[in-house]
Amino acid sequence: MSNVEGSGRPTQHEGAAQQDTSLTRRGVLGIFGAAGAGALVSTFTGPPGVGPVSLVSEAAPEVLVQRGSGWVGAALSRIDGPLKVRGMARFAAEFALDDMVYAALVFSTIAKGRIATLDTGAAEAAPGFVLVMTHRNAPRMQPMVPFGPNEKAAGNDNLPIMQDDRVRWNGQPIAVVLAETQEQADHAASLIRVTYEAEPATTSFAQAKANGTEGAVYFHHEIGDAEAELAAAAVSVDATYRTPYQNHNAIEPHAVTVAWHGDELVVHDASQSVVHNAWSLAHILGIEERQVHVTSPYVGGAFGGKFMGSHQVLAAAAARLAGRPVRLTLSREGVYRMVGGRALTEQRMAIGARRDGRFDAIIHTGTATHTRDSPHPEAFPFVSLSAYATGSLKTDLQWAFLDQVANAAMRAPGEAVGSFALESAVDEVAVALGMDPIELRIRNEPKTDPLNGAEFSSRNVVKAWRDGAERFGWAKRNPIPGAVRKGEWLVGMGCGTASHIYNRENGGAARLTLTSDGTVTVDIATHDAGMGTETAQTQIIAENLALHPDQVEFRLADSAMPGLVAGRGSSQTTTVAATVVEAKKMLVAELLTLIRADSPLAGLTAQQVGPRNAGLAKLDDPTRHETYTAILTRAKRDKVTVEASPDEPTEMNERSMHSYGAMFCEVRVNAVTGETRVSRMLGSMDCGRVINPKTAASQFRGGMIMAMGLALTEHTHYDERTGRIMNPSLAEYHIPVHLDVPEIDVIWTGIPDPHAPMGARGIGELSVTGTAAAIANAIYNATGKRIRELPITLDKLM
Amino acid sequence: MNPLTYARARDAAEAVRFAGARDATYLGGGTNLVDLLREGVERPAALVDVTGLPATITKRRNGGLLIGAAVRNTALAEDRDVRTRYPVLARAILAGASAQIRNMATVGGNILQRTRCAYFYDIDGSRCNKRTPGQGCDAIGGFNRTHAILGASSACVATHPSDMCAALAALDAVVHLEGAAGARTLPLTELHRLPGDHPEVETLLEPGELITAVELPPLASGARSAYRKVRDRASYAFALVSVAAVLEVKNGRVKDVRLALGGVAHKPWRAREAENALRGGPATARAFRAAAEAELDAATALHDNGFKIELANRTITAVLAELAGRK
Repeated sequence: MSNVEGSGRPTQHEGAAQQDTSLTRRGVLGIFGAAGAGALVSTFTGPPGVGPVSLVSEAAPEVLVQRGSGWVGAALSRIDGPLKVRGMARFAAEFALDDMVYAALVFSTIAKGRIATLDTGAAEAAPGFVLVMTHRNAPRMQPMVPFGPNEKAAGNDNLPIMQDDRVRWNGQPIAVVLAETQEQADHAASLIRVTYEAEPATTSFAQAKANGTEGAVYFHHEIGDAEAELAAAAVSVDATYRTPYQNHNAIEPHAVTVAWHGDELVVHDASQSVVHNAWSLAHILGIEERQVHVTSPYVGGAFGGKFMGSHQVLAAAAARLAGRPVRLTLSREGVYRMVGGRALTEQRMAIGARRDGRFDAIIHTGTATHTRDSPHPEAFPFVSLSAYATGSLKTDLQWAFLDQVANAAMRAPGEAVGSFALESAVDEVAVALGMDPIELRIRNEPKTDPLNGAEFSSRNVVKAWRDGAERFGWAKRNPIPGAVRKGEWLVGMGCGTASHIYNRENGGAARLTLTSDGTVTVDIATHDAGMGTETAQTQIIAENLALHPDQVEFRLADSAMPGLVAGRGSSQTTTVAATVVEAKKMLVAELLTLIRADSPLAGLTAQQVGPRNAGLAKLDDPTRHETYTAILTRAKRDKVTVEASPDEPTEMNERSMHSYGAMFCEVRVNAVTGETRVSRMLGSMDCGRVINPKTAASQFRGGMIMAMGLALTEHTHYDERTGRIMNPSLAEYHIPVHLDVPEIDVIWTGIPDPHAPMGARGIGELSVTGTAAAIANAIYNATGKRIRELPITLDKLM
Repeated sequence: MNPLTYARARDAAEAVRFAGARDATYLGGGTNLVDLLREGVERPAALVDVTGLPATITKRRNGGLLIGAAVRNTALAEDRDVRTRYPVLARAILAGASAQIRNMATVGGNILQRTRCAYFYDIDGSRCNKRTPGQGCDAIGGFNRTHAILGASSACVATHPSDMCAALAALDAVVHLEGAAGARTLPLTELHRLPGDHPEVETLLEPGELITAVELPPLASGARSAYRKVRDRASYAFALVSVAAVLEVKNGRVKDVRLALGGVAHKPWRAREAENALRGGPATARAFRAAAEAELDAATALHDNGFKIELANRTITAVLAELAGRK
C-alpha cells in the first residue's frame, strides 16, 4: 500500500466516527465507556499540569483529526485498564495449568570457567522435588538466533543454553529445579552445591579496553575533517561523558507458563515478540514453527527486555523432561542475572562552533561495553547523525568486550545515553558562547538530514522549542549559574532535545473479520506491554471503518495471528496503522463485490466509496449509504474476512524521519547535602499525529521518569573483580520513587507527518532521550557544576 | 528458605520459653527477617512470633514513655506524645522505609534489623565475615559507597541501617530485656556492638534474650529535637548519613546537646566527642562545625564513601544550626 492514499498526502478521512448512540455497546468499552466521539477530541483534561494536549499548527496538513470528528486523537481510556485494576487480566505467570510444576533457577557465581562438581542430591531429596535439569540431562538444543538478518530472530545472544559445563558469565543459569510449589522449588534449588574451575575473565572496563576494542562499522561516519575544524573553532567543547550499566526493571518480572501437548508446545509468555519467539523456540527445540503457539495478551512492561530469552527455552525443555506443564517466573534477581540492560559507555563528545553559534564540527566517538554474542550495539553516536547542521561530523563506536550477560536493548538504546552527551555538550557550547541554549539549537537547525541530505518528512522541533519555552517560563531563567537560591536550595533550569528515529516494520499483516451485526474483529500478532496498543489500534480501526470503538475488537499477541510485528523501535503503532489502512481498502473492495443492484451503492467503484457511519457511502454523496449490516444481510453473509499486508516501509528510506521533543527541567540542588530534586518537567513533543492523548501522555511521562532514573539514580553495581551484579533488587537499584517525580507537563505540536501512516510517528522511546541532559543542564544552571558522569548522585555535587 | 517451625507467643515469658527450646529467632513484622530467610542469610530452625506481645505506649511518672517492643513503627510515629515531645523520633521513623513497611515493622524488629551490605546478602557469590566468620570481606574492596566511616574494622565495614535507632540513641533510650536469666535493661547505645574481629556478634543480647520495651527518659522542657536524613532518592532509600539531635540552648550557650548519627557505623553512633565539644560553649555555626569535625576526626574512608565524612560534617552543622535558630 501507500501509507497515504492517492495524492501522497494524508487521506481525507472518509468515515466520521460513529455517533449513533442507539448501537449496542459491548465489551469493556461498553461498561466503562468512552464519551461520545464529538466530545473527545479537544477536551482531554488530565491531572493538573497536563495542559492542552494538542497545539494545532496553522501549517498542519488537512487531515481529519484536525477537524475534530474522528476517533483518532480521542482521549479514550485504556480498554485493558478495568481488567487490570480488577485483577482480571491474566499475565504469563497467572495461568494455572493442570498438573503444573514450578521452576527455580540456580545461577553461576563465577564469570568464566567450567562447572567442576554439581551435587544435586540434597535437592532431589527435598520435599516436593520433581526434577532437576542441568547440562547433564538437558535436551540437545540449538542456541537462539540473535536479532539480525533473519527476520524472525529475536534472541539476545547465541550461546548454548545448558548444553555444556561452560560458564560464560556470572549469573548464568546452570540448573533448573522443578517442584510441586514455588517455595519447594526455591528451597530445593538452594540445596544444589556447585564448584567451579574458574578461568581468567574480563570483567573490568579497563581490562576490556586494554584487550583491544573493535569498531562497529555501521556507526562510523566522517564528513569533512572534523578534528581540524574542531581545532580551528572559535569556541569548542571536548569532553568525556560516562554512563553506567543499567538494568531492566519492568514491573512484571519475566515469566512463562508452558505446556507440551504431544509435540506441540503452548507458551503463555511475557513477550514483545510472540511470532519471533514461536519461531525461535521451534528452531531451538528442533520442531516446526507451527508446533509452537505463543500468546502474550498482557505484559507488565517490556522496554526492550522481553524478546526471546533463555528462560522460555529452559521452561520448555524442563517441561519436556518432566512431562508436566511448567511455570517459570524470574525472581527480580533473576532478571538482573539473565536479561541484561544498558551497556556502560565512555563517550568523547566534541563540538566546535563559530561566534554566531553555528557548528563547524561535531565529534561523537567512544567505547561501549559489549559481549561477543550481543546483537545490541548501545550505539550512542547515532543520535548525533541527524541532530544539528554542522560543517563536519565524525562518529565512531568502539566495543570493549567483557565476560558478562549480553546487554539488552533498553528503551532508546544508544540514543538515551548518547543524547546525554550530545545535549550536555550543546549546553556547554551555549555557556561558552554566552548564548541561550534554545537559541543555539535553533541556529543549528538543519534544513535537510546532515548525514545524507535527505528531506525531513516533518520536522517541527523549532516550534516545539518555542511552544515549550513559553509554557515552561524559560524566559524567567537566570542564565548565570548558581544565582538562584531559595533557602538551602539552589534552583536551576535546563533543556535538551529529544529525538528518536522513525521505524515501521516490514511484517505488518492483519486478519479483519466484519460480521453481519456490524462489528469487526482485527487480529494482528502485535503487543501491548502497557503502552496502550490495544486502545490506540481500536481507535485507528474505528476511525478507518467508521465504527464506534465498542464495535471493534482488536486482538493481539498471539503467534497464530497474522503479522510479524515485534514491539520494538517505537514502530508498532505505525506498522499496525499501515496494516489497518490496507485492510480497510481490501474490505471496501470485498464489500463492493457483495453490492446488489437494489443497493444505494450499486454501480460505484472502490475509488468512489468509503466507510461512513457504520457502513459504506459514496464519498461525494453521503446520502448514498448502506450499513455493513445491510450489505451483509442482503448478501446473506454472516461475515466477510480479509487478510492484508501493507506495502514495504520505504518511507523512511526516502526521507529522514524522526520524532522530536524539546525537554525542559527545573531542579533544586541542596547546597548543604548535594541532593537533587526535580521540581518541574515539561516535554514539548513533535511526533506527528497523536492517536490517543491519554496513552501518549503516559508514554511521554514514563519516558521522562525513566530519564530521571538515568540522570540521577540508576546504576547497576557490577563488581569488576568478579563480574557479579551486587544490587539486583529494587531496594538497592534506585529507580525514581513517587516522591521523586514532580508534576510532568506534556504538550505537542500535533502536526501530522504526511509520510507516516495516519500521520503518526513513533513515541515509545522518544522522551527518554534528551531528558537526562536537560536535568544535568539544569543542575549546571543551579550550581555551576558540570557533571559528565551519570548518575548525578549527591557526592558529585557537594 | 529453609523449613522451620513457627510458634506465636502470648507473652514474653512464653516467648523466652519457646526460644530456649530450640534454635529460634524472634519474628516481629518480618520486614527484614523474611528477606533474610528467603535469601538464606538466616536459617533458624524456629520462628517465635512476638507481634502478639504488648503493643502499648505508656506514660511514665517521670514524664518519659515506655514503648512496647511490638508497637508498629507507624503507630509509634503517629503517637501524640511522641510527635509533640519527641519529634526527632517521629521524624526518624517516617524517614524510613515505606508506609507499607512501617505498618508492619515493630520497634523491637527495627532495633535488631541487620545491615544492608550487598555482600552480606549474596550468600552464593560473595565473602562476608558477618555471615560466615573468618571468610573475608568483599565489601572492603568492592562497592562500599554506603559503608561505615566510623568504628569499622578490617573484618567488617557494614552499617546499621535504622533511622529510628539514631533517634533513640540521641534520646538516651533504654532497652528492656527479658531472658532465661531474668529481666534487665541496657542503654540503647550499648546494645549494639562495633564489629571488631567478630562482626557476626552484633548486640550484647544473650541467646534467647528478648527486647520487651524501649523506655524514653523525659526531655528537658527547653530541648528541641530534629532528624535529618540524607539519601540517594526522596524516599525508600537507606541513609547515607542521618543526624538525630536534641539541643537545649540558654542565653546563646549550649546547655545540653545529644547527637547521634545513622548510616555511618556498625551501630547507631552517639557523637559524644561533638557533644563534649559543644556542651557549655557558644551555640554558633562555627562551634557546630568544629564539634562535627571533632567527632569525625576519627573517621576513615573506603574507596567509595569518603564523601560521607564531609556530608556528615555538613549535616550535623546544619541540623544544630536549625535547632539553635528556631524559636
